[in-house]
Amino acid sequence: MYAFISTLLRPAAFVLCIIAYGSAQAETANVAVASNFRPAMERLEAKFEAETTHDLSVSYGATGQIFAQVRHGAPYDVVLAADAERPALLVTGSASPLPAQTYALGRLALWSPRLGSVDAASLSPSELRFLAIANESLAPYGLAAIDVLRSLGLLEPFETKLVRGSNVAQAFVFVQTGNAELGFVALSQILSLPKDRQGAYWLVPSEHYQPIRQDAVLLERGKDNPAAHAFFTFLFSEPARAIIKDAGYDLP
Amino acid sequence: MTAPDFTALFLTLRLAFVATVILLVIGTPLAWWLARTRTKVKPVVEALVALPLVLPPTVLGFYLLILLSPQTAIGSFWLSVTGSTLTFSFAGLVLASVLYSLPFMVQPLQSAFETIARKPMELAASLGASPWDAFVSVALPASARGFVTAIVLTFAHTLGEFGIVLMVGGNIPDRTRVISIAVYENVEQLNYAQAHSLSLILLALSFSVLLFVYIFNKRFPVHVG
Repeated sequence: MYAFISTLLRPAAFVLCIIAYGSAQAETANVAVASNFRPAMERLEAKFEAETTHDLSVSYGATGQIFAQVRHGAPYDVVLAADAERPALLVTGSASPLPAQTYALGRLALWSPRLGSVDAASLSPSELRFLAIANESLAPYGLAAIDVLRSLGLLEPFETKLVRGSNVAQAFVFVQTGNAELGFVALSQILSLPKDRQGAYWLVPSEHYQPIRQDAVLLERGKDNPAAHAFFTFLFSEPARAIIKDAGYDLP
Repeated sequence: MTAPDFTALFLTLRLAFVATVILLVIGTPLAWWLARTRTKVKPVVEALVALPLVLPPTVLGFYLLILLSPQTAIGSFWLSVTGSTLTFSFAGLVLASVLYSLPFMVQPLQSAFETIARKPMELAASLGASPWDAFVSVALPASARGFVTAIVLTFAHTLGEFGIVLMVGGNIPDRTRVISIAVYENVEQLNYAQAHSLSLILLALSFSVLLFVYIFNKRFPVHVG
């Protein structure tokens, strides 16, 4: 019996040694990223990994979920949030040794994949059955959408027509599947589609809503990790900023 | 608890009630047929009925979102008949719940029906009872336990539905914002106190419902055959 177990364990121990050796050689940073930033992040990750010896392990999720996970000890080194509020909470809660920094400004668009053109006049309560937004109490893009409706004096007529996704990705799906005719989504989501499926959108002028500041923080756990530091620096470099802008964000 | 939370609680109870009644009507004949049939397609039907047990609710929700959209035949038909869409509506949630809780109604009923021997049914028939008559006076009383289990499990399971509602509901107060969504929203907003009170209600409700089934099953054992 002992011999049997030992035959089983020997290769396992060998594999463990290899894993331990491997991880000592290449530095890896765990990065948690708000899901709206995914298309940009994928390009940033590819560029970062090509230009450095470091690796990134990226998890995507809703900012609120990431925040709760970090509070409960999730092993992230860097967080790229969809808002400025939660990173600030992480900094004051001493989960982060450094102040948060804005890496992108979200841009809101009113979108339809089916209509020929979309503009402010498309927001006609009598013609629309549903208008999709992200839930304003959970998602910054939802809050911005409510700002826009209020600033156009349309909040009340649309009150019963709003369908809320738990995040902006879900609002996007509601519109894309034709369940809602129009929706307030992130410009970056539309631009991530192939050209022929982007439909029509109205890029909402920024005076209609509070800026959607997306902040990044280097967490306490990542402060001694060279890969985390390198990525944090890279995020604010010119090549990274060009990618972020190209993906549909404004720069701070 | 706030007024919106009460609305969510009431809506959830209403949804679970309506879905259970509909499932009772659909599930009983289906379970009866499954218990009696000798057809070769029986395993296929059984597998289909059990599917919601293993599928992630988000998969079901995603398919429903696509299938019930006004862009499709089903969605546009419903829209032209009722004047409202299936997604983002109470009717849509009922439909989703019926699919989602189907195995919880059919499986206990089917096993209850399977334990009823053929003999008493044949005897009732030979005494001149119509099939319906035999079903009501012989099969129904003998499977009372199965009915209680099926009804209560269906109700309780529908109370806790989350994934599908999140996908096809659209979080509209008084129409699709059920209690599990309200809890999720409160947690995400860091309103832990409110999330606690809602969760506690759901916990207590689900526990008492299940406790009822187990006590009932113990106290009223049904002798079959």
